[in-house]
Amino acid sequence: MKPFTYERATSPAAAIETVASTPGAKFIAGGTNLLDLMKFEIERPTHLVDVRGLPLAAIEDTEDGGLRIGALVTNTDLAAHPRIKRDYGVLSRAIVAGATGQLRNKASVGGNLLQRNRCPYFYNTNMPCNKRVPGSGCSAIGGISRSLAVIGTSDSCIAHNPGDMAVALRVLDAAVETMNADGQTRSIPIADFLLLPGETPEIEFALQPGELITAVTLRPPLGGTQHYHKVRDRASYAFAIVSVAAVLLEDGTGRIAFGGVAPKPWRIEAAEAALPDGAEAVASAVFEGAAPMEDNAFKIPLAERTLALVIAEGKA
Amino acid sequence: MDVNGVSYTLTLDSRTTLLDALREHLHLTGTKKGCDHGHCGACTVLVNGTRINACLSLAVMHEGDSITTIEGLGTPGDLHPMQAAFLKHDGFQCGYCTPGQICSAVALFDEIKKGVPSHVTGDLSAPMTASNLELRERMSGNICRCGAYSNIQDAIAEIAGGVV
Repeated sequence: MKPFTYERATSPAAAIETVASTPGAKFIAGGTNLLDLMKFEIERPTHLVDVRGLPLAAIEDTEDGGLRIGALVTNTDLAAHPRIKRDYGVLSRAIVAGATGQLRNKASVGGNLLQRNRCPYFYNTNMPCNKRVPGSGCSAIGGISRSLAVIGTSDSCIAHNPGDMAVALRVLDAAVETMNADGQTRSIPIADFLLLPGETPEIEFALQPGELITAVTLRPPLGGTQHYHKVRDRASYAFAIVSVAAVLLEDGTGRIAFGGVAPKPWRIEAAEAALPDGAEAVASAVFEGAAPMEDNAFKIPLAERTLALVIAEGKA
Repeated sequence: MDVNGVSYTLTLDSRTTLLDALREHLHLTGTKKGCDHGHCGACTVLVNGTRINACLSLAVMHEGDSITTIEGLGTPGDLHPMQAAFLKHDGFQCGYCTPGQICSAVALFDEIKKGVPSHVTGDLSAPMTASNLELRERMSGNICRCGAYSNIQDAIAEIAGGVV
């Protein structure tokens, strides 16, 4: 691990000011992904600002009947919150489908959104990777790509977003609240928060330097049956090969987002109109334009079959 | 920080993990270093009663915290019930993962009582139970390379019978 200095934040504004004005500075909360990457020297912050003391750990009702989740709420506390379990079951289920009890106890909501990808070449510092060393090339294209993205990729990068929570947040149309160095706050739709690689795969999030996630907001509950089905190589504690987050309503309509297949949770709203026609109709529209590698082409039919299972669960 | 009821003041390199602080500085070597990346669970300790991976936490981030390691759960002459259950059911072979397994197993019952769901929970809003399926899922962050899982499960299930 490279040397770094450390301080505890005293206020959001001071923390943001420090990170925005200090080259190489980063926020740290749970640290479960950041410290892992620092040990590999993939992340090399020169200064860490510990934000855990900031008053951003509450879950509050919003005026419109939704919820505002502080960025420092742990994954465990979010999954266990009575209103999340009752009204946003897809979110609770997605969170507990990821990681382990130990990691969920430490990981924060804001940090979960900012977790880096799990491409084997991003982790292998002996190999080119455009995310880690911009311009060095993508080793995954033509390399080991079984776990990686099949759609939304570019000639620069085919890494996928490994998260579970974000897939549920996408199906719920959550928003990410932030504060920047000028003290301005904004609300970024989750659909726009995670970026596709294009020609700049090293830029993964729609955040300005020093911009701090303060909360995630949920709209009023959608009702219906809520599902998160994750297909992986082990029964527990493994990243998704394919996952499906769904809210299915009694009238046959609903919302669907796929995880494990793209650089961001993959939701095509227009395809949801085909839900009454079944999984094949939805999946063919969702994966139109997919560009899989030979090793991961199986994910597309697997995603369709997983969706079929979820639709059947919804009807059961 | 407080470790097993004793208060310590340490001056450490900012890079020191909680795990290395416990093992290398306080010489509490019961907590084990396996993968050092949060994959194996051998370093599981309780921080303010909650289980975490000590390898993925900086010691400097635990100022004022109360840490419990395997040494703080029980002693050879006064075993914690979970330690006794692991002995009774032969819940280990080489023993390297055992401190983490036991710390994790002790903590998961509080999580069940607080209504924290797991991946195998049926009704999210119903009271949580400590079924065998639940225990296995909730212990998936603790790997045993010897494969003593069935005996580990038996040990935890015995305690579950008296707790939940």
